[in-house]
Amino acid sequence: MPATASTAQGSASSPGIGAYADVTASEASLRRFLHGLPGVDQVGAEARAASLGTRSIKTTAKAHALELAITMVDLTTLEGQDTPGKVRALANKALRPDPADPTCPSVAAVCVYGDLVGSVKEVVGHQVNVAAVATAFPSGRASMEIKLADTRDAVAAGADEIDMVIDRGAFLAGHYLQVYDEIVAVKEACQRADGSHAHLKVIFETGELQTYDNVRRASWLAMLAGTDFIKTSTGKVQPAATLPVTLVMLEAVRDFREATGVQIGVKPAGGIRTAKDAIKYLVMVNEVAGPDWLTPDWFRFGASTLLNDLLMQRTKIATGRYSGPDYFTLD
Amino acid sequence: MAASRVDVRKTYKLYIGGAFPRSESGRSFVVNDAKGKFLANASLASRKDARDAVVAARKAVPGWAGRTPYNRGQILYRIAEVLDSRGDQFVAELVRTEGVTAAKARTYVEAAVDRLVWYAGWADKIGQVVGNANPVSGPFFNLSSPEPTGVVAVVAPRGPLLGLVSVLAPVIVTGNTAVVLASEAHPLTAITLAEVLDASDVPGGVVNILTGTVSEVAPWLASHMDVNAIDLTGVTDPELATDLERAAADNLKRVRRAPATEPDWLATPGIDRLTDFLEIKTVWHPIGV
Repeated sequence: MPATASTAQGSASSPGIGAYADVTASEASLRRFLHGLPGVDQVGAEARAASLGTRSIKTTAKAHALELAITMVDLTTLEGQDTPGKVRALANKALRPDPADPTCPSVAAVCVYGDLVGSVKEVVGHQVNVAAVATAFPSGRASMEIKLADTRDAVAAGADEIDMVIDRGAFLAGHYLQVYDEIVAVKEACQRADGSHAHLKVIFETGELQTYDNVRRASWLAMLAGTDFIKTSTGKVQPAATLPVTLVMLEAVRDFREATGVQIGVKPAGGIRTAKDAIKYLVMVNEVAGPDWLTPDWFRFGASTLLNDLLMQRTKIATGRYSGPDYFTLD
Repeated sequence: MAASRVDVRKTYKLYIGGAFPRSESGRSFVVNDAKGKFLANASLASRKDARDAVVAARKAVPGWAGRTPYNRGQILYRIAEVLDSRGDQFVAELVRTEGVTAAKARTYVEAAVDRLVWYAGWADKIGQVVGNANPVSGPFFNLSSPEPTGVVAVVAPRGPLLGLVSVLAPVIVTGNTAVVLASEAHPLTAITLAEVLDASDVPGGVVNILTGTVSEVAPWLASHMDVNAIDLTGVTDPELATDLERAAADNLKRVRRAPATEPDWLATPGIDRLTDFLEIKTVWHPIGV
């Protein structure tokens, strides 16, 4: 496997993010740092992702993977037509994905627009996290005050996690410090009165970043700004999450932990619809980032239809016969 | 004289979702002609091919069931046209695979074309025959009408063309989609028929054809929770037939049981093969008083 960024960032003796204070001190130094990251070998990354996708996972390992994947799902609905009733139904599904089987685990979180956080919270309480998209999702085109107000509203409504979008226009124009400052400001807006803070996920919308080099730069930028998770896409733009993009991001979090000692989570979102796809991602997490990331605390799937397929495959293993969509809730 | 030309050896693949993929298992099996000589390799379908076929068939249900019966009848008629125009190919194939005379083979091919036309005619008439305006003692219109049952798995009988057409046409003409497990003895004609279907405006996924071993694949179709009905006409082993019926009971599939003896396919059929794979929907509508 090709060696990546770790060497450029100095020793592995965990100096913390503080060691990068001079990097983020000015626009020029930040650009110098991000453009100094080693380039991504596009062909190599795609070939590696494709080869990891061919692993055959069978029987007990498959059963374990399906179970794990269910606990990693951020069950998502981000439609203009979402109603409180619909998100409550989804929240119930998040708690008990398979009502016929009490041994089926809950998912990690329910992901909705900020104004619906309260409706979800009523149902799930503290058993499942509630994630809210914020900062003028999905385009990220609004003034800073509006983005911060959006975030504070969601946190005040009880959101446990905030999924923010970066300003891709600013990023592509090279205004890295502006993007950095935005993430820092939103992170501050995630603070609650009691001193705790909502987990922050930063969405890059990799489908709009054009190159893997940009994905790597955006990853480092967000990590330096103090995000808790990096997330591929909003799900509103094609292509959404792909294996190679996630591979680049997994390499980034691995290298970042080596350089700073800080672990960051990864969340591919959009376009992951089948259990088979989900298992490919899990294989890649294990091989690229390592088993430390194989928990819902550090890896998530942003998905809606994926859950039903995971449940169908899980039922297939339990009963020995193929299941069908008639036996799972529509959503 | 020029050197003799190298034969083009045809590989017979499966027919799933309007495409001709190899078996996902990569397996194939040898099919011999009536004299026991090598004829061709055919794909040996696995349970996963059956699974994929059911997914394709399920996906095709709304579009196919949503067409007008008239349109489905036209498409069946189109299959008959294309089959008729390729009659010589089927005659030659039946002579080689079954060892029958050309005259006999011609009878089967023509009967298969006629059978398609016969069922095509039923497309927009079955509703009048088995549907009804029911007399009820109340201020209601009460109407029953037949609806397709959904995805139907078919274990095809030995008759390579006429038998297959006779079990397939009644399933799809009413708006069901089919996953057909071709006759173990004569799989090749089924795939040649798939080529006809593919050229006849039959939407992808409406008919899916698997070749392979009945005892290996049929149980997965019988127990599949997303299959609504199963036709066991081609199951010759009574013990297997019983097992399949039992497996099918798990989701209350409609089951057409295996016949005691191979039916006479040349005889004109009744409409029972149509009605076996229909659900009757009854609507109560208040009359304004």
